[in-house]
Amino acid sequence: MSQTTAAPLAPAVQVPVVPLLQLGTWVVFFGLLAMLAIFFVSADQGALSLVAGNGVHEWVHDARHLLGYPCH
Amino acid sequence: MGTASGDRSVPGLSPAAFLLRGLAVGLAAGLIAFVVAFAFGEPYVDDAIALEESAAAHTDADHAKDDADKADESADDAGMVEVSRDNQRSWGLLTGTLAIGAALGGLASLAAAAVLGRLGNLSARGSTALVVLIGFVAVTLVPFTKYPATPPAVGSGETIGGRTASYFGLLLISVLAAIAVVVLANRLCARLDGWTAAFIGAGVYVAVVSVAAALLPSVNELGDFPADTLWYFRRSSLITLAALWASIGVGLTLLVGRMHDRVAADLARRALAASL
Repeated sequence: MSQTTAAPLAPAVQVPVVPLLQLGTWVVFFGLLAMLAIFFVSADQGALSLVAGNGVHEWVHDARHLLGYPCH
Repeated sequence: MGTASGDRSVPGLSPAAFLLRGLAVGLAAGLIAFVVAFAFGEPYVDDAIALEESAAAHTDADHAKDDADKADESADDAGMVEVSRDNQRSWGLLTGTLAIGAALGGLASLAAAAVLGRLGNLSARGSTALVVLIGFVAVTLVPFTKYPATPPAVGSGETIGGRTASYFGLLLISVLAAIAVVVLANRLCARLDGWTAAFIGAGVYVAVVSVAAALLPSVNELGDFPADTLWYFRRSSLITLAALWASIGVGLTLLVGRMHDRVAADLARRALAASL
């Protein structure tokens, strides 16, 4: 059954795939969440600021330096 | 049977199943990265902060007459908090590594879902391990070579905007170039053998990021910061990031591999049942 749809240059072993359209919505959804998380650790209250004050910056200060993001 | 032709998608291999595994692996990797950063990196963060504070104290002594200005500044300090060093180096650091671990682990799992069964004749484990390796190079290693991690006391507050833009600019170019050359190498796979296609793809990627790195502005704000502390700090930062990515790679390869085996066994059973 799965042999009926051999792709061009079918791999020796047929590994199943995840449909790209279905995956796309998840990439958009999680991509935005991940960017938000990365933003707060890497840049908030530095070059840009979403939250007033310096609490976020101070709290994740060491992670920002040690994970290689620009700081100070 | 009535599904779209050319469809090798199967139930049980949903993006959500990948994402769940990616988040779990990412959190575990964030925990490991925290331990590594705490053990190897924190001593040099402390050294750098000690240098920063002694420099600041020196400047303060020189500019005692600026005290009036300072009083004005502190009036603007509404919303300013002080987090103790103990909290910064423990819970604060842990918060950061867990958040970045979960974000990168989740993104890596979706990338692994995208390339599953689509990269030449690589197995599920092979394509997952490769995509995380590419992630480490594109997201961490290449930006690090141009804009390496800087300890506290290095880097001026006035240039943070430009430095942030440059860093994320290079990161964006690097990630887009990596995605593009994976697609390119995969196309070339149809005409050339896999290794040749992979080497061409890697060569194109290196060329693109080299040009981008050469064109982007350089940063040199070290001043007289001691070279040995700088090197130890950068080395520990790179070890931390490598530990984070390695943990994601190993964990995701294991979990995606097992998920694939289960689904494949399920498919084989059903095919057998249908043939009876």
